[in-house]
Amino acid sequence: MTKFVKGNEAVIIGALYAGCDVYFGYPITPASEIAHAAAKWFPAVGRDFLQAECETASINMVYGAAAAGGLAMTATSGPGMSLMQEGISYMAGAELPGVIVNIMRAGPGLGNVYPEQGDYSQSVKGGGHGNYSCVVLAPASVQEMCDMTMRAFELSFKHMTPAIMLADGLLGQMMETLTLPDRERPKPDTSAWALHGTAATRQNLITSIYLDAATQEEHNLRLQAKYAGMRDDARHEAYLCGDADLVLVAYGISSRIARSAADILRAEGAKVGVFRPLTLSPFPEKALCGALDGRKSLVVELSAGQFREDVIFRMASACGHCVIPALCNRMGGVIVTVNEVLEQARALLRR
Amino acid sequence: MTLKKTVGMYESFIRSGRATRSTHYCAGCGHGIIHKLIAEAMHELGLQDRAIIIGPIGCSVFGYYYWDCANLSAAHGRAPAAGTAVNRLRRDAALALYQGDGDLGAIGFNHTFQAASRGEHMAVFFINNATYGMTGGQMAPTTLIGDRTMTTPYGRDPLTDGYPLHVCEVLNQLKAPVYIERVSVADTPRIMRARRAVRKAFEIQRDGKGYAFIEFLSPCPTTLSCDAVQAARFCIDRMEPEFPLGCLRDNSAAAVSRAPRKKSVSVDEFFKRSDSGQAPTAEVDRGFAERHIKFAGFGGQGVLSLGICVAEAARLERRFTTWFPTYGPEQRGGAAACSVIISGAQIGSPVVDSPHVLVCMNQPSYERFAATVRSGGTIIVDSTVQLDVKAPDGVNVFRMPAIDLSLKFGCPKSANTGMLAALARLGVTGLSEEHLLAALDSSFRRKPELMETNRMLFREAQIWMDKQKECSKERLKT
Repeated sequence: MTKFVKGNEAVIIGALYAGCDVYFGYPITPASEIAHAAAKWFPAVGRDFLQAECETASINMVYGAAAAGGLAMTATSGPGMSLMQEGISYMAGAELPGVIVNIMRAGPGLGNVYPEQGDYSQSVKGGGHGNYSCVVLAPASVQEMCDMTMRAFELSFKHMTPAIMLADGLLGQMMETLTLPDRERPKPDTSAWALHGTAATRQNLITSIYLDAATQEEHNLRLQAKYAGMRDDARHEAYLCGDADLVLVAYGISSRIARSAADILRAEGAKVGVFRPLTLSPFPEKALCGALDGRKSLVVELSAGQFREDVIFRMASACGHCVIPALCNRMGGVIVTVNEVLEQARALLRR
Repeated sequence: MTLKKTVGMYESFIRSGRATRSTHYCAGCGHGIIHKLIAEAMHELGLQDRAIIIGPIGCSVFGYYYWDCANLSAAHGRAPAAGTAVNRLRRDAALALYQGDGDLGAIGFNHTFQAASRGEHMAVFFINNATYGMTGGQMAPTTLIGDRTMTTPYGRDPLTDGYPLHVCEVLNQLKAPVYIERVSVADTPRIMRARRAVRKAFEIQRDGKGYAFIEFLSPCPTTLSCDAVQAARFCIDRMEPEFPLGCLRDNSAAAVSRAPRKKSVSVDEFFKRSDSGQAPTAEVDRGFAERHIKFAGFGGQGVLSLGICVAEAARLERRFTTWFPTYGPEQRGGAAACSVIISGAQIGSPVVDSPHVLVCMNQPSYERFAATVRSGGTIIVDSTVQLDVKAPDGVNVFRMPAIDLSLKFGCPKSANTGMLAALARLGVTGLSEEHLLAALDSSFRRKPELMETNRMLFREAQIWMDKQKECSKERLKT
């Protein structure tokens, strides 16, 4: 069964099929259609929707719902995401699952409502206080807006840490054909740790406080070990990378622009591929090393170079290679054009 | 004398460092008394299994070492938000929030206010000791005028620090709360009144009747730098004149228990029931030349829905397609535009920078986008548009009196149908007329009375287009 929907709407379809119990959110362009779809569809299938008083409330509601053993989510854009960092840190500290969707817009500050990818470091490196990691997924189509929302719930419960879906205004606003999930996912059993308000869960306690420094360090070490264990869930897509002389590296909407450029260059006879991480945390660093090894590379992103910086770091940490890819980027809501990528790619190929 | 066994609490309090019955609180502190009142009420009403207590930040962050029930720590001030969610998930739980004056009255006051206004099902225990205890004696929103604290070393001055916050009185302005009372734990008679209030707040939760709020005037001898007796006197002599005790509201008798949740359809059923927008899966066809189309005009001219209609036709024809609109303030400002790509393969970027086809319904959009059209491309403009900007060489420009036709047919919102007819006649979308018409019909699924009129408009526009094509040897190039 298919439906022609906006990326923002696909998020809610994915959430419902994932078994999400409740949606909390505060309106913000360009993410508001997620709240609109949730307000319409959640009550229709017996789930709860609540418009919170602010994003700080939204994320703490997700925290509370997760503590009560529910599948909960919220969605926002840059300014709201900044407000949510407190709650995300608390969720990570208390090891609570939940899904946060960030439909990135241009910043800093109020910026504007057009697509950008400037929240990369905030999401991938941890925007709140303390040593923690979230699961971060990077969809690039309306289909993936749905599928990755489901995956976000799955990974969030698997690793008991918040999962962020990092999309942007373009993915949120665009329409494409969505094939609906085949069935609703079964709910995870949370009775071992959650607060259900029942005799069976009466002794459960959820907190992130460890007043003693040594105990807090133990907690931190255990969290770090847990994050290291997420590595197996790293995913990527290598498009025509096998014989490539030049690999374009991009995530999310930028990867589609890169793909258009690669197709044109291939038609001209140039050997160009695209490497796209599907998960930004855990990052598919080994696969990246394999794809980029000994080749020219060009990072395409809608931010100042935050992603490229991470690509350099990941290459260095995974295989000890110092590779500095060229950068093709725009900011402020200006979208990199296919032509801009083509020009830089051709120049690199000539070199 | 035999001591009555404390109920609702653990056998020993390990927080104080060893298995003991003494709390970790300072001598003369109000927290221990209030903890005990809560524990007793929970136990006596048989609510321990159902109870979930959300603790605060501050000395009583360790409430969970005492209360024998499910416990949750929330971030500073956020307990009402977390509690709101627990409320949605666990409708049978007896939910209680325990918050201090900084937590509730300062950092989280809006959350408190909004949760109260929504009438969340929760008992809120607000501990007002007029100071920040654990943080080390700074000014609280409830600190009295003239009182010295670490952050009001010269005394609280209302001109710079504001006045003490009367939380009960503020919440009493709201419609939803069921019960609001201010009590004190400064002496035994007062504690007995507080005990009745706590019990009532839990009864309201037991019966699912809504929001209950209790403010406790509570002594903090350590930050007041005095002994237990003096701290209790401070509550009575200094705090009570500012924060009078008493019940501000009690609608508990009249309040109605919340209704059980209605039964609803499953997600699968819901989406299968609304099976509109079904289309066959797209097929890869390398022979199909990808088309980039831009639609532009004023908001209300149906520019965005025209784009969706063309995309729907592409879906019916098993093509890959994307639609991307302008949005946000740009849209609010009156301009509307969208990009549609139709392809025989998976589409890369959904952004149309240089269209093969541009459909313009107003002057500004023609002026803005005409120059971006590719050589060999097509522009279709409404006849009201002045063509004083030159289209690029090799671009065909066609006029369509779409707005005039829509007025003639008495449906001014259907100017976009005339444009759809022009697209069909010129064959520039690579889509069949059959599918474009089917998509047009389907866009009027919910207004079938308009379907026939729009089909007639479509035909008339095509006749007009044919005439124009006849004389298109003299293409409109200015």
